[in-house]
Amino acid sequence: MNYVPKIDRRSFVASAAAMGGGLALGLEIPFAGPRTVRAQEATPEVNAWVVIRPDDTVVIRIARSEMGQGSLTGLAQLVAEELECDWSKVTTEYPTPGQNVARKRVWGDFSSTGSRSIRESEDYVRKGGAAAREMLIQAAANEWKVPAGECSASNSVITHKPSGRTTTYGKVAAAAAKVEPPADVKLKDPKDWKIAGKPLKRLDTRDKLTGKQLYAIDVKMPGMLYAAVKACPVHGGKVKSFDAAKITGNKGVKKVVPVGDSAVAVVGDTWWQAKTALEALPIEWNEGENTKVTTASIAEVLKAGLDADQAFVGNQKGDAKAAIASAAKKVEAVYSYPYQAHACMEPLNATALYTPDKCEVWTSSQNAEAALAATSEASGLPIAKCDVHKLLLGGGFGRRGRTDYVSQAVLIAKQMPGTPVKLLWSREEDMTQDTYHPTTQCKLTGAFDANGNLTGLQMRISGQSILAALAPSRLQNGRDPATFQGLNPGGAEGVFGYDIPNLLIDHAMRNPHVTPGFWRGVNNNQNAIYLECFMDELAHAAGQDPLEFRRKLMTKHPKHLAVLNAVAEKIGWGQPAAQGVYRGLAQQMGYGSYVAAAAEISVTGGNKIKIHRIVGATDCGHAVNPAQIERQVSGSFVYGLSALFNGECTVKDGRIEQQNFDTYDVMRIAQMPKVEPILMPSGGFWGGVGEPTIFVAAPAVLNAYFAATGKRIRSMPLKTHDISFA
Amino acid sequence: MADLNINGRTHQVDVDPDTPLLWVLRDTIGLTGTKYGCGIAQCGACTVHVDGIAMRSCSVPLSLVAGRQITTIEGLAPDGVLHKVQQAWLDHDVPQCGYCQSGMIMAVAALLKDKPKPTDADIDANLTNICRCGTYQQIRAAIHAAAASA
Repeated sequence: MNYVPKIDRRSFVASAAAMGGGLALGLEIPFAGPRTVRAQEATPEVNAWVVIRPDDTVVIRIARSEMGQGSLTGLAQLVAEELECDWSKVTTEYPTPGQNVARKRVWGDFSSTGSRSIRESEDYVRKGGAAAREMLIQAAANEWKVPAGECSASNSVITHKPSGRTTTYGKVAAAAAKVEPPADVKLKDPKDWKIAGKPLKRLDTRDKLTGKQLYAIDVKMPGMLYAAVKACPVHGGKVKSFDAAKITGNKGVKKVVPVGDSAVAVVGDTWWQAKTALEALPIEWNEGENTKVTTASIAEVLKAGLDADQAFVGNQKGDAKAAIASAAKKVEAVYSYPYQAHACMEPLNATALYTPDKCEVWTSSQNAEAALAATSEASGLPIAKCDVHKLLLGGGFGRRGRTDYVSQAVLIAKQMPGTPVKLLWSREEDMTQDTYHPTTQCKLTGAFDANGNLTGLQMRISGQSILAALAPSRLQNGRDPATFQGLNPGGAEGVFGYDIPNLLIDHAMRNPHVTPGFWRGVNNNQNAIYLECFMDELAHAAGQDPLEFRRKLMTKHPKHLAVLNAVAEKIGWGQPAAQGVYRGLAQQMGYGSYVAAAAEISVTGGNKIKIHRIVGATDCGHAVNPAQIERQVSGSFVYGLSALFNGECTVKDGRIEQQNFDTYDVMRIAQMPKVEPILMPSGGFWGGVGEPTIFVAAPAVLNAYFAATGKRIRSMPLKTHDISFA
Repeated sequence: MADLNINGRTHQVDVDPDTPLLWVLRDTIGLTGTKYGCGIAQCGACTVHVDGIAMRSCSVPLSLVAGRQITTIEGLAPDGVLHKVQQAWLDHDVPQCGYCQSGMIMAVAALLKDKPKPTDADIDANLTNICRCGTYQQIRAAIHAAAASA
């Protein structure tokens, strides 16, 4: 029994130097993600970003998290581009947040949220690669006793031009580590890129095909126990009592422990034993004051906010209320957006090992530094005695930027010092203790003058603030700026793309008790539906073509317009579609990128939608890996269309009703439309690509649905209207 | 004690016969390539072959598979030469996070055994596994490539 499979050494580290504390206990410890080779102690780093082994292997350090979005490969491309190394010899490794703290945050921010991994770190990672290149060249020049200016590097080979002598990075790396780093380096013009900007394959594919790839859920250590957890199903509620004696005799059960004041965990020899025992454990909750809350009661609260006097202003120009009051024609509509679960394929989990002197965690996190802080807080040990080892994420979508599951793992492990404990949430726990896509409503009012010109637009958003729940320190005098994603008057993140003489966009904050969270695309998702479907409504009210109507309002926003024009052209806008096929389009700017979508659909029986094609255009400024960006576009349509058709978590008795994929359905391959990405990077800026396409997926299809049926759908998801995929 | 034949090796396991095969594979035997996604046979992340048939191991009790031939993702390419489905996945750079891909590959390998040249409709009808990253477009292309390579 307990046959321990032979594990590829690439995946498991047995070297004490590599892992520090845990190794003193003789543990087998997985340490990192894809194709990762820990740079062994024998090889000094050239700098924080680059280690080159004597065999010329190039180890590039990646601070951000890989969760499928491909930024591990993209970041490596950026470093490699400046390093002038041989791409075929590149591998990667994750430094730990503990190392980052110890080295005064030499790797900067670790977080992968807000489509920021590349755009926020591109400058310093490229400089890291360029500095390492200069140091390697200098080391070769020193050895040859020639001026460094006479040497050049390409493909991991350094050449002294006058003499024709050559050497490789691997041969001079040890000497380069001792060279004074250059004070400044000049980065290449992206026009000259050879590795970055190219549609290279991902670095982390092969092990994902054979079962070798380790995710946090796969961590295994000798003596490790497994924990299953249940938190109060009404968010904010507490544990009143639990009757451990009822299950302590169950086979495999080791311990029943409180987890903070809101959850209980069973620790067992196997996770199945722990989970089965937990289901049999009598737990009484103090559910608090929200036990009567329902989806309908929340909707009432939000509805009242649509006409409330007080609201936080996000974008204001002229006098929208006056323009509406004096309008020759007024158009009004109310939209709404539900709670939605992230449903990462890998349920949340973390493995913790606590001793009074040290606490280590192995987990999948979008923010390893936050996970480190959570580890310190939950363990009661200073940061210097804690560390977090990051593994590849089986999906993140914003959920793994939170650290609640890490805290829980540490709180459990702290009650079993010296024993590694793997906490795994069941899918049911994952879906009912999520931090949900926030719920909002929006009332939009448009004003036309007698000539059919749009003179005013008011957008009143009512609903939940993510920052108020998760990061109140980031509120601005109570205002949640993130509510206005894609609707801002200026800035680099998400500028409103229309020029309307009188505009008022504001937010009446209404915060139900259900915990909201950052959900891939975040507030852009509903904002794009609200705005882009209403623009379609306004166009029809004015008797104008939806594309032409938008174009007239977008002359001051050429980048917004360019992506819209690109999808319109590719979908064939203005030309007849096939019999029974109808089109819709949408655009939005978010996370620094400009995106648009155009869909072709047919509808049978009024409620079965077939999406024949969906075109998505992206201008992300600089495109680091076009092939991976196209995959993000394609995957984003899946995420956005899953949300449109089926994404809804309902509340009854104060708790989320959906527990698993049987009641929270998501798209399968049969529903997958043909995706046609258009990548049109215009240069000069860096935009994100992991999220933006999601926002335009739903409004493009909703507008096509109107074109096909004459019906406006203003509340999501479509399943609540008995509309489904054909 | 139950005898399990997994990837051509016999394992004696001493676990409750009601335990789902998934957890025996992952936590008792240590073959973690097979993934937990839902526990109710909805998502397919735990797909393995039992006597050549694709099954969702989260919902198959150990008692049902004792003595039968079980193949997991780790056993699909026993000699290190990738199975044609794995090779097509590699060629098409299919995975994003990759978590669902063990189950996808096992489901597709079984499909191709049954229907060596599946049509798009065959794929739609038979491949119901969930990928949250949304790799379906690449999966479809890779399935056709794998079928063509046979």
